[in-house]
Amino acid sequence: MTGHHQTLALLLFSAFVAVTLAITTWVSRKRHGSAEEFYAGGRLFSPLENGFAIAGDYMSAASFLGVTGLIALFGYDGLLYVVGFLVAWLLVLFLVAELVRNCGRFTLADVVAARMSERPVRIATGTSSVTVSVLYLVAQMVGAGSLVALLLGGASQAARAWTVIGVGALMVIYVSLGGMRATTWIQIVKAVLLLAGTVALTVLVLLRFHGDLDRLLLTAAERSGHGEVFLAPGLKYGGSWTARLDFMSLGLALVLGTAGLPHILSRFYTVPTARAARRSVLWSIGLIGGFYLMTIVLGFGAAALVGPEAVRRSNAAGNTAVPLLALDLGGGAGSTGGTVLFAIVAAIAFATILAVVAGITLASSASVAHDLYVSLRRRHAKPRGEVAVARMASVGIGVVAIALGLLARDLNVAFLVGLAFAVSASANLPVLMYSLFWRGFTTRGAVWAVYGGLVPALGLVVLSPVVSGSPDSLFPGLDFQYFPLQNPGLVSIPLGFLAGWLGTVTSAEVPDEAKHAETEVRSLTGAGAV
Amino acid sequence: MRYDDPWYDALASGWGEPTGAGGVPEPRAEPARRAREERAAADVYLEVQRSAAFQEVRRRYRRFVVPGVIVFLAWYVGYVVTATTAPGLMARPVAGAVNVAMLAGLGQFLTTFLLAWAYARHARLRRDRAALDLRWDTQEMTRSVRGGAS
Repeated sequence: MTGHHQTLALLLFSAFVAVTLAITTWVSRKRHGSAEEFYAGGRLFSPLENGFAIAGDYMSAASFLGVTGLIALFGYDGLLYVVGFLVAWLLVLFLVAELVRNCGRFTLADVVAARMSERPVRIATGTSSVTVSVLYLVAQMVGAGSLVALLLGGASQAARAWTVIGVGALMVIYVSLGGMRATTWIQIVKAVLLLAGTVALTVLVLLRFHGDLDRLLLTAAERSGHGEVFLAPGLKYGGSWTARLDFMSLGLALVLGTAGLPHILSRFYTVPTARAARRSVLWSIGLIGGFYLMTIVLGFGAAALVGPEAVRRSNAAGNTAVPLLALDLGGGAGSTGGTVLFAIVAAIAFATILAVVAGITLASSASVAHDLYVSLRRRHAKPRGEVAVARMASVGIGVVAIALGLLARDLNVAFLVGLAFAVSASANLPVLMYSLFWRGFTTRGAVWAVYGGLVPALGLVVLSPVVSGSPDSLFPGLDFQYFPLQNPGLVSIPLGFLAGWLGTVTSAEVPDEAKHAETEVRSLTGAGAV
Repeated sequence: MRYDDPWYDALASGWGEPTGAGGVPEPRAEPARRAREERAAADVYLEVQRSAAFQEVRRRYRRFVVPGVIVFLAWYVGYVVTATTAPGLMARPVAGAVNVAMLAGLGQFLTTFLLAWAYARHARLRRDRAALDLRWDTQEMTRSVRGGAS
């Protein structure tokens, strides 16, 4: 790539960083330092604002870079991802958003702990929330690394490492200084930028094919070298039964995982009522659905205009398909149009990564301070102390995410996110569903549900071909692969539900009728909600 | 602040009601009294849960949500299973480059939008009013229990 790309992209990206830092300082000047303010932004965002912020949290680098790359490389099998990502929101809308807004204060643990013995439940759900967040963070860091590798023209490992470190440092600044209010505004700005960029690219792709979607699909199929097969499922997940089961596992994780993602759950607390939470989810379903429809066009567009070979040459996992597509749409390498579009897309992708990373860091630092620290350290931690802990926790999480992001840099971003979803669906969803809807659920059931999903999910990943035993694994030299699937969801999600049930029926504790009544009444009416 | 939300009206009118002799309840009650009040408040939730009005709200919620979740999960799982086990069927062409798989995928998008809209409409027309009344009543009851114990 030429120097023009770099300069322009760096300039645009610096502008975004400057704007977001300005937002952060402006917001933090007015902050009160209360937990309400830090974790929930004062709870006074409108459904429209929160809808954009949710969409901003959800439309991550995994969707913009990872999924389009998968579609460009594998055709229809990449499209299966976006369907799962979208359908998942029905579960959030029907069963989670309003009820969680009514029952909780800041985190998932608040909802569960209201009915249970508080300490063990908080430790369990706090641990699983932090785990999910860190996995999700790693995916974003890897995305940042691949982008820079592309921008700087390949093999500069040092530049890649420094990008990951820089992204990590920026997110720590946003979160620790600005809290939820700054993070939300950054999400909104980013969602608008990302949607605008996606719309522009989609229009350009469609113009290139004179609005003929049929021609677009046929060209993509022809260019891919697979013909008709490219437009039907089976290219990536069609071969062996292992591959097919792997996809079913991923599909299940995607649709059930969203409802347990800590950074999505915490967004519902930034609006004043359950009704506002519902309306923000409606906004976000519209925005996310429209965005994913466009990524399908972009993915097939990249296959048709750039070609899977060129995409694979630039990044084996496909993460750079969209920037390459932008380069081509603008007029090709070396042209002014190509340079400008490429720079814009690269800057938007960076902005996306930064914003999502900030959202996740905030949610996980809330889990550390509000759930783990309060339970493990002191009985009566003052709210002010708790916020200080949350600020420090964001630094620690930043360091962990940077380290793991450097380690996992060659994995596909969408695939990494699939793992985070699987852990979320196995460890967070069962305990949330049981405590909202099961009268007889007990403390032991809650603890077992979390660990019974979390431990198998992580254990199966360690034993899977992702970590060892195949040329693409993290440790290609070692072989301790005993579980054939890359995604553990198919096994670990049922195990999470099973463990919760087993823990409940075997415990001697008599479920508290009154507390169940309180949860049920509060969740459906909003009585006593903060 | 969002003033068009009905809850804020309810709250605003709520402050006008007298809440016992002392007005605002004493914030630092001794532990025994606070425990007694917590138990009384718990009884309020049990009472509300058993009331016909609440059961009606819950019934309406469940009668929409349970079939809804079953339908979209079955449709999604069916789609994923068919896509992975019967690629031949999915590859069958319909018109031009569009095949069954493309239609099914777009169908998932369409049903998601439709179900989301239907849920919001159902909640707005059939649940919101009653839930808001219950919220108001419940908070009034808990407040009088807490304030009245002085």
